[in-house]
Amino acid sequence: MSAEDTPRAVHGRAPDVFRRGGWVPMRCFDDEEEVDFAIVGTGAGGGTLAARLAEAGFSVVAFDVGAFYRPLEDFASDEREQSKLYWRDERVSGGEHPISLGSNNSGQSVGGSTVHFQMVTLRFRPEWFKARTKLGYGRDWPVGWREMWGYYAKAEAAMAISGPISYPWGPPRGRYPYRAHEVNAAGQVLVRGARAMGVAWAPTPLATISAPRGLAHPCVYRGFCKSGCSTNAKQSVLVTYIPRALKAGAEVRDLAMVGQIETDDAGRATGVVYYRDGRWRRQRARNVVAAGYSIETPRLLLNSATARFPDGLANSSGTVGTHLMVHSNHAVWGEMDEEIRWYKGPPSMAVCEHWNYEDQKDFHGGYAFMSQGPLPVDYAQSFVSNTGVWGMELRRRMANYNRMAGLKIVGETMPQEKNGVTLAEERDRFGLPVARVTFGYCDNDRRLYEHSLRFMRRMLKAAGAGDLFETESTAHLMGGCPMGFKPDDSVTDADGRTWDIDNLWICDGSLFPTAGGVNPSLTIVAMAERIADRIVALAGRGELERRGRRLGALAG
Amino acid sequence: MSRFQPPYPGYDVLAKWDTPSWNDPTRRVVAERLTRVPERRFFDPHEWATLHAVCDRLIPQPDRLEPVPIAPFIDDKLHRHQSDGWREESMPRMEDAWRRFLKGIDEAAQARYGRPFVDLGPEWRDLVLRAVQKREAEGGAWGDMDQKTFFEKSLLREAAGIYYAHPAAWSEIGFGGPASPRGYVRLVADRRDPWEAPLEREDEA
Ligand SMILES: Cc1cc2nc3c(=O)[nH]c(=O)nc-3n(C[C@H](O)[C@H](O)[C@H](O)COP(=O)(O)OP(=O)(O)OC[C@H]3O[C@@H](n4cnc5c(N)ncnc54)[C@H](O)[C@@H]3O)c2cc1C
Ligand code: SF4
Repeated sequence: MSAEDTPRAVHGRAPDVFRRGGWVPMRCFDDEEEVDFAIVGTGAGGGTLAARLAEAGFSVVAFDVGAFYRPLEDFASDEREQSKLYWRDERVSGGEHPISLGSNNSGQSVGGSTVHFQMVTLRFRPEWFKARTKLGYGRDWPVGWREMWGYYAKAEAAMAISGPISYPWGPPRGRYPYRAHEVNAAGQVLVRGARAMGVAWAPTPLATISAPRGLAHPCVYRGFCKSGCSTNAKQSVLVTYIPRALKAGAEVRDLAMVGQIETDDAGRATGVVYYRDGRWRRQRARNVVAAGYSIETPRLLLNSATARFPDGLANSSGTVGTHLMVHSNHAVWGEMDEEIRWYKGPPSMAVCEHWNYEDQKDFHGGYAFMSQGPLPVDYAQSFVSNTGVWGMELRRRMANYNRMAGLKIVGETMPQEKNGVTLAEERDRFGLPVARVTFGYCDNDRRLYEHSLRFMRRMLKAAGAGDLFETESTAHLMGGCPMGFKPDDSVTDADGRTWDIDNLWICDGSLFPTAGGVNPSLTIVAMAERIADRIVALAGRGELERRGRRLGALAG
Repeated sequence: MSRFQPPYPGYDVLAKWDTPSWNDPTRRVVAERLTRVPERRFFDPHEWATLHAVCDRLIPQPDRLEPVPIAPFIDDKLHRHQSDGWREESMPRMEDAWRRFLKGIDEAAQARYGRPFVDLGPEWRDLVLRAVQKREAEGGAWGDMDQKTFFEKSLLREAAGIYYAHPAAWSEIGFGGPASPRGYVRLVADRRDPWEAPLEREDEA
């Protein structure tokens, strides 16, 4: 029976991700049993938190609408087949620059988007946590960089990151747990360009192992990372935190769609209503955590509106579903004399963060850029939808595939109130209103990506590439339920605890107040590690049930 | 247009079928793609013929005795309501958009050449398709649907995605293809593992 049709994690056992056909024991809870934490989503935020809270002794049930895969037997080396890892339920995308969703930024499986992420694992620049006061744009984070530095190290250890001995940018950090991978030919093009332009470069710190770890073998450089790693070298949440969560006594419910978070007359969360195995059910919980990422978390809070909370849960400030950000993902591509064959190895093995740490620019924020290695379907689709080339000319251009090289940015965009998530009229297969996403770049965003295109053009040319062309797209989602300092302009405090409902939490990428110019997962995992520690500390002080600043007056 | 010379004429990615570069899940998926080409279930016979004619121009395959099938996989996706996980707000629903397009190019073909799209010669078909790409196709079927957006972001994207998912296309461009569990050893430029396509220069030599 396929993982997408029938729940696998049932009857006291869950798939063993390290063995074909294998199982591990799983503690199961009754719907009626009031568990300590019901977590919605098992990705970078939710999966991490589930493990940490279970390890701390809490009873935990984590829900995911996606399937529970065993990569060794369920993942084909095939781009089309593996689109099963993406969020393919309907959503509507609008605004001035409607963003692509699905394969572009949204996963749907146990382990979340980390199952198909490209493993780039970078830390924020310290100043970004005080973007407003130190750099003059966006918002400050309610968490300081020194504290985050410790959590970054913890997250990197948990995901056994392979990285260079010394990283050229930012304050010193300890050694990465695993040695860096050999940089492939596509990355060497970036290296050559960086040398020619006089900027630093580094082997990308990657969440794929360079030496054995437990039952997993080192990365074999097969290049299908974006389609899921069939060898388990990739340190996704599915093969790191999820096994830990199960071992510590958490229950994971796959193919379980949470449609609503329930609240009582006192305005506290009481559990979740979810659809699994053909029927709607209800799990009671003392605390609920939304961890569905930047579109589904706001959607769930909005879909959970009641008479008492008519604008959705935790939304007294009106900021649920606002300040959604992407990374601009503009790229320059060119043809080399030699055969690069970028299909070998993880797609982005070399990185340049120069423009994240250089402040003499005509725009706010920063960008990192990396070498590229899209597989044929991905590359062809990006090529045609950006250039409009078809006919024999398309086949001729695609025949240069093995000589291509590219540089692509992860470019910070500004938090804008108007960019966000609302509910559409349309309903999904569960009968729930779907998300309507609105996005538009601002002037600063445009200045940033135009700067990057100029720079990467010069650099790629300096590295020996000819026949350059550009593409544009977006990557990653951040924000949508920003954390902050005050209940009137943010959804949660620094601990991911919503201001309005003291037993409702958020733990995923939607918390980001600003986007930063690096890929987000490491920061999401580090935040989840921190939120777990904070929950344990609050529980230790007896402050989980009620806190002084509860907004009792809010409903009025 | 001069004839297209694929760069790796002797390379066939399927030769690796029984080697450690392929595993069972991959063999299953690719075998299905090669042997079970979906039948027509979504479009009517005229739409089906028109779509074939369109795909034949988007990705011409005069060099192949057995062209890589494209239209059947589009029909299959629509029949199964398989969404990409989103649609642009200004665009009609997927099923509706494809029908409008096929009707629209017929109307444009009628307006220009007095006959349906399938009855046009290759050059005329291209002119109609170029008109769509430039938002200049005649006809009422389009309604408020943006012709260029549909052409580049749906039609062309879909066709290219199907063609380059086929082993014949992988061989054509010298892609290593499926590579689990064996993967690759040599990662530097102008080097290859024995189970990859020969370098173009080796061929010349
Ligand atoms: C192609 C691609 C490449 C990427 N590459 C990188 C990279 O190299 N480096 C990097 O740092 N980041 C990368 N990312 C981004 C990264 O994967 C995400 O930022 C990160 O996983 C988000 O974590 P999250 O916990 O917020 O959400 P996710 O990891 O997406 O997890 C959310 C989970 O919640 C589930 N869910 C949502 N709503 C519900 C509901 N109502 N009921 C039940 N379940 C629900 C979803 O099915 C999903 O599994 C990439 C993303 C993509 C798509
Ligand atoms: S290149 Fe490495 S991480 Fe990527 S899919 Fe292959 S084995 Fe996994």
